[in-house]
Amino acid sequence: MSSVQASTLDASTLSIREQRIRASSLFLVVALVLALLVSVGTGPMQVGLLDSLSVITAKLGFHESNVSSAVESIVSSIRLPRTLLAMLVGAALAVCGAAMQGLFRNPLADPGLVGVTGGASLAAVSMIVLGGTSLSFISQLLGQYSLMVASFLGALVTTTLVAKIATTKYGTSVTSMLLAGIAIGIVTGAAVGFLTYFADDSQLRTLTFWAMGSVGGATWQSVLSAGSFIAIPLLLIPLHAKQLNALLLGESEARHLGIDVEKVKRRLILLTAIAVGACVSVSGMIGFVGLIVPHLVRLTLGPDHRYLLPQSALLGALFLLIADIISRTIIAPAELPIGLITTLIGGPFFIIMVVYRARSNAL
Amino acid sequence: MSLSINNVGLRIGQRQLLSGINFDLACNEVVAVLGPNGAGKSTLFKVLSAEHRHYSGDIELHGRNLRQWKGSDVAKIMSVLPQSSTLAFPFSVSEVVNLGRLPHSSGRIIDRQIVQQAMVQADIAHLAMMLYTSLSGGEKQRVQLARVLAQIWQPNELGDRFLLLDEPTSALDLSHQHQTLKLARNLAKQGVGVLAILHDLNLAAQYADRIILLSQGLCVAQGSVENVITSQQIESLYGIKVTVIPHPEQHYPMVIAC
Repeated sequence: MSSVQASTLDASTLSIREQRIRASSLFLVVALVLALLVSVGTGPMQVGLLDSLSVITAKLGFHESNVSSAVESIVSSIRLPRTLLAMLVGAALAVCGAAMQGLFRNPLADPGLVGVTGGASLAAVSMIVLGGTSLSFISQLLGQYSLMVASFLGALVTTTLVAKIATTKYGTSVTSMLLAGIAIGIVTGAAVGFLTYFADDSQLRTLTFWAMGSVGGATWQSVLSAGSFIAIPLLLIPLHAKQLNALLLGESEARHLGIDVEKVKRRLILLTAIAVGACVSVSGMIGFVGLIVPHLVRLTLGPDHRYLLPQSALLGALFLLIADIISRTIIAPAELPIGLITTLIGGPFFIIMVVYRARSNAL
Repeated sequence: MSLSINNVGLRIGQRQLLSGINFDLACNEVVAVLGPNGAGKSTLFKVLSAEHRHYSGDIELHGRNLRQWKGSDVAKIMSVLPQSSTLAFPFSVSEVVNLGRLPHSSGRIIDRQIVQQAMVQADIAHLAMMLYTSLSGGEKQRVQLARVLAQIWQPNELGDRFLLLDEPTSALDLSHQHQTLKLARNLAKQGVGVLAILHDLNLAAQYADRIILLSQGLCVAQGSVENVITSQQIESLYGIKVTVIPHPEQHYPMVIAC
């Protein structure tokens, strides 16, 4: 009798969760489309939602364009790439955050907090400042991809370093991971500061952009080249959802469930490094997206990575797109760097999480 | 068909954690591993569950060297209950138990039935929708038990199944201690080999078919309950004075500290 009751309970609550997942996917997709239209319409020349929609559908080849060519060129060659870049970067940072939190079994892990963006940023800044002189062999070798490859390598080196420092034969220590990440963040920050002494005026402007993050420099070329690097991890990381679920139980428990833990770890570290490196190379340091977004998804849908990863991608894209719209409008005609906005939201959010976890002895 | 451990040793750094361990575990018996703290019981489990790979000697699972088995295949026929688990993410109880179905691709409907039955067996069906993080220590231990039961719920074509329990009763109340070990006995009847690390000598004496005594990485005695649970053996192992008397109603020996 009791087992029958329990099983009907199980089935009904499962379907409640499925309903929630459906509702939240629908909400996110609709909100994302709306935000996309608002984003391409917002700026010194305001474009209505319907006109924005018509430019995009015309661009996709559904019909002849029926808006003025000025509007069309602003929307399609300036605002659309910027909007797409914000969505791609937001999605990638959120998915990487969720994956790292699963990997380190701690909801406080974030590409920014564990020093990965710092490492990518230092490598990118080194390329900008020294690309014409001591590192010219790299820029000659890799051409337009040198910045991206450098950021990727920077991200990979720091992730591996943090993982190596934090992992002993007794498992991964979260405290050492955060401390190592913070220390690496400080060191890379200092190194970036050091490099600014050698930078000329135009390099300095680029560096400021790097330190605070922006998607303002987006062109179709940067969207396509970075996008292809971001798309691979964005598609491959969610395929590791089951392994990440098992890893939440603990590394040996995951091993007993037949998972090749070392292989999964290596792959995920590589994939997050590719994504974070590509993000940093086109948009600079944008913090806290990877922390806030997965946390909000977990609050509504629970920690199952099969839902957490795709929903984080959607919410991350929406979050960064809205942050970008704010950054363009709040002090118009000037622009606030998007990284400042995410940090202004994320900093207090992080402190609240730390306080809450310290209260419940879970840190 | 069995799990056989032949002359297994393990050395980490300067410490010889295990040496010369020999025993077989058949698929219809409950074997208890006993010994003082630091005797090497958990280390032995880690070797058996392929966590330590640089051991000496050989372990054979169904006649094939364990080193040649794929991890994903072993997981289909052998599950391991850890001593304690550090899951800090708010999965519901049924989601945690469902993780035990990960090695199998039996489909959602069958998985859901198995999860449900495993939860009933571990007496946690009423907690199914609770968050794991909100449970007490004993409840968490039963959830983990249900998870490892779900993992080896059905017979598998790869061979007979094994269940390794590392102190399965450490956080349980009296009735759940006995319930858990009765469950182990039932599994043995259904053709599962159960190896359990226990600290309670009387529980081991009541439920195990055989007992293995470990001390400082060595197997100091193994055999039937009557042969191993003797006052002489227990006194030399733990260094305290004990009396061993027969249970007033059942046949097994009871250990009482003096």
